[in-house]
Amino acid sequence: MTKKHIDEISGVETTGHEWDGIRELNNPMPRWWVITFYLCIIWAVVYMILYPAWPLINSATSGVLGYSSRAEIAEEMAIAASEKSEYVDRIAQMPVEEISQHPDLLQFAMAGGSAAFKVNCVQCHGSGAQGAPGYPNLNDDDWLWGGDINAIHQTIAHGVRFDGDDDSRFSEMPAFKDMLEPAEIRQVAAYVYSLTGEPSDSALVAPGKQVFVDNCEACHGEDARGDVDFGAPNLADAIWFYGDSEAEIAAQIAKPKHGVMPAWAGRLGDPVIKQLAVFIHSLGGGQ
Amino acid sequence: MTDTSSEVTDVERIDAEAVNAAWARKPLYEARKKIFPKRARGKYRQFKWLVMLLTLGIYYLTPWIRWDRGPFAPDQAVLVDMANRRFYFFFIEIWPQEFYYVAGLLVMAGFGLFLVTSVVGRAWCGYTCPQTVWVDLFLVVERAIEGERNQRMKLDAAPWSAGKLVKRVTKHAIWLLIAVATGGAWIFYFADAPTLFVDVFTGQAAPIAYITVAVLTATTYVFGGLMREQVCTYMCPWPRIQAAMLDENSLAVTYNDWRGEPRSRHTKKAKAEGKIVGDCVDCNACVAVCPMGIDIRDGQQLECITCALCIDACDEVMDKVGRPRGLISYATLDEYADNMALATAGGTSPINPELVRKPDGSFSNKIRHFDWHIFIRPRTLLYLSVWALVGIGLLVALGSRDRLEVNVLHDRNPQFVRLSDGSIRNGYTVKLLNMIPEPRVISLSIEGLPGATMSIVGIDQPEGRSFAIPVEPDRLRTIKVHIHQPIEEIKPGKTVFQLVAKDRGSDESDVYKATFDAPEVK
Repeated sequence: MTKKHIDEISGVETTGHEWDGIRELNNPMPRWWVITFYLCIIWAVVYMILYPAWPLINSATSGVLGYSSRAEIAEEMAIAASEKSEYVDRIAQMPVEEISQHPDLLQFAMAGGSAAFKVNCVQCHGSGAQGAPGYPNLNDDDWLWGGDINAIHQTIAHGVRFDGDDDSRFSEMPAFKDMLEPAEIRQVAAYVYSLTGEPSDSALVAPGKQVFVDNCEACHGEDARGDVDFGAPNLADAIWFYGDSEAEIAAQIAKPKHGVMPAWAGRLGDPVIKQLAVFIHSLGGGQ
Repeated sequence: MTDTSSEVTDVERIDAEAVNAAWARKPLYEARKKIFPKRARGKYRQFKWLVMLLTLGIYYLTPWIRWDRGPFAPDQAVLVDMANRRFYFFFIEIWPQEFYYVAGLLVMAGFGLFLVTSVVGRAWCGYTCPQTVWVDLFLVVERAIEGERNQRMKLDAAPWSAGKLVKRVTKHAIWLLIAVATGGAWIFYFADAPTLFVDVFTGQAAPIAYITVAVLTATTYVFGGLMREQVCTYMCPWPRIQAAMLDENSLAVTYNDWRGEPRSRHTKKAKAEGKIVGDCVDCNACVAVCPMGIDIRDGQQLECITCALCIDACDEVMDKVGRPRGLISYATLDEYADNMALATAGGTSPINPELVRKPDGSFSNKIRHFDWHIFIRPRTLLYLSVWALVGIGLLVALGSRDRLEVNVLHDRNPQFVRLSDGSIRNGYTVKLLNMIPEPRVISLSIEGLPGATMSIVGIDQPEGRSFAIPVEPDRLRTIKVHIHQPIEEIKPGKTVFQLVAKDRGSDESDVYKATFDAPEVK
């Protein structure tokens, strides 16, 4: 089409095309629109020069500014670490039992300990530190290796029965299936069960007491209240580590299970261990 | 239209044309036609000055009003404290969870606007809308520097010269100053005004303060100075909504063509020729003063913000030509229709103003005048009662609201812990809200749950059923509470009990129904 076609009604030139008698007016683009459009193009070019843009085989063009999101997050992490260092340094230099005397450090340690717990501890101890058979509940007041803050700190740092750490807590209950008759095991299980005030067969309990005195007292104590020095559990309380029925008690006497907890000192570093200890101690059972 | 030589009235005809006249409707691509409103004089103009003084006064001065709340709360009467999530309004302090008061106020504002609109039409647009007020203010500046309408038009058409440049630069500089002051006043609502005032000028204020000032400066300058009536016509949704709120009993600025038409610029000559003439002398005064650049004689239209300046302008002219005022007036559609029917003999003839006049030229008694009773109708009463109900509800809620609250969150994981002596312990996160600007000692105690005692992490006290907990003024204190119940009292499953927070001083208290979880089987 070479001839201009002007729309009669509006007086505006049309594009020259016609669809079933309908023509399109060839109004100019609004100026603000055109300016915005060109600005966007300029923006895109400048952006491509300044920032990473074109994908290459192994990487991408790096851009004049040398920006990288990975470097940015590393920088942010470094800033966060330096902001925390004020507290972390003070915690590092302080005995763990003194942390709770400084409200700001206590708050920091509780938050840090809670975060570290969620990452490292919940796999065994549960998200609420409620434990499971074989994995101690950290909310209660029954502690195998001691519930004061220093003892908790020691346990977290060096673990329990952990091969790689010479300071690891260690104890091993013998398997009594080789030393006691099955009947004796049943008797002593009944006796131990009765210590908590649970009803049990008195015909078994009486001889069971003798078995206990002969075999168990050395570690678990005369009153069966255990000993945190050997990690010997308190048998006279309402909390059972491997199950609370006579059968489960008997099984544990015959062939005891021994749980292992890793030593965390090498992995997390002392300041984090201290924060964890403060957090665990605050859960309600700390002594 | 241009011939003024044969004019016989002593009213000067102004060369003004409505920007939206139907017969000259321009395509949307047409550039904006500049409007140079002439200054009006009269009672509505007076009223508008007063409203401007009042609204700008409220806006600029409110943050500087002091209100003593004691040593633990800010002394600024109206303050939106974002950092601490508090809103202060004289004797009222609102916490974020009480935001429904603000929602209630917005509902009231909505119904208030409905009420006002159904009674007096677009009064909001014409008198109190910030856009209207600031445009008015900017026009004052423009008039002071560039002169009255004709001078401004001449200046606008003139080629650039030193004089024009000086005038334009001065005008825009003052506009920008007003704009900065507008944006500047806004930020004082969000921080202690005297402190912030010093900080802003010494470069110490937060970046957000400067950003806010910059944004509001830009919007004030652009909307008030450059865009003006386009904001109302093209950007604002309110004209459309308000138009729907009007009915035949709402007041609107009306050109009473039943007495004005047929308009004539040569009244005496026309009369001498025996033609029928109305009161309108077609002087265009109403068009010249209109800040929206419209001709009210074209009837009600979207662009009209009902600022009533055309009434003032027309009344002045009517006084000059010795006709009664009110050719343009506030009138309802109903009144207008009745009078129109009178002037057209029930629609059977073209407008004949003789029909509404007595032989001596004064108006006939049959003319319907404004009667305030039309304000009272079901619609306005409904709006008023809803508005008042919400208001009363808010006041009652405000008067009876708690300033002491306790919220309890039961530990879910674990739900309960069995201790070595067989007792059961539950953990709770308790939030104590001291919502007054005074420090308080709040006692937290267990009611129900026999034998149960509690301990609180961080408070070194033996277990008991009641603890005294100091809470800072106007603050929330979160505490970790362990409640434990001895083995002989434990009931399997859930037990409901109450945690009671009480201020020993004022006896104010709040109760939270909490549950205590124990194993389902013992």
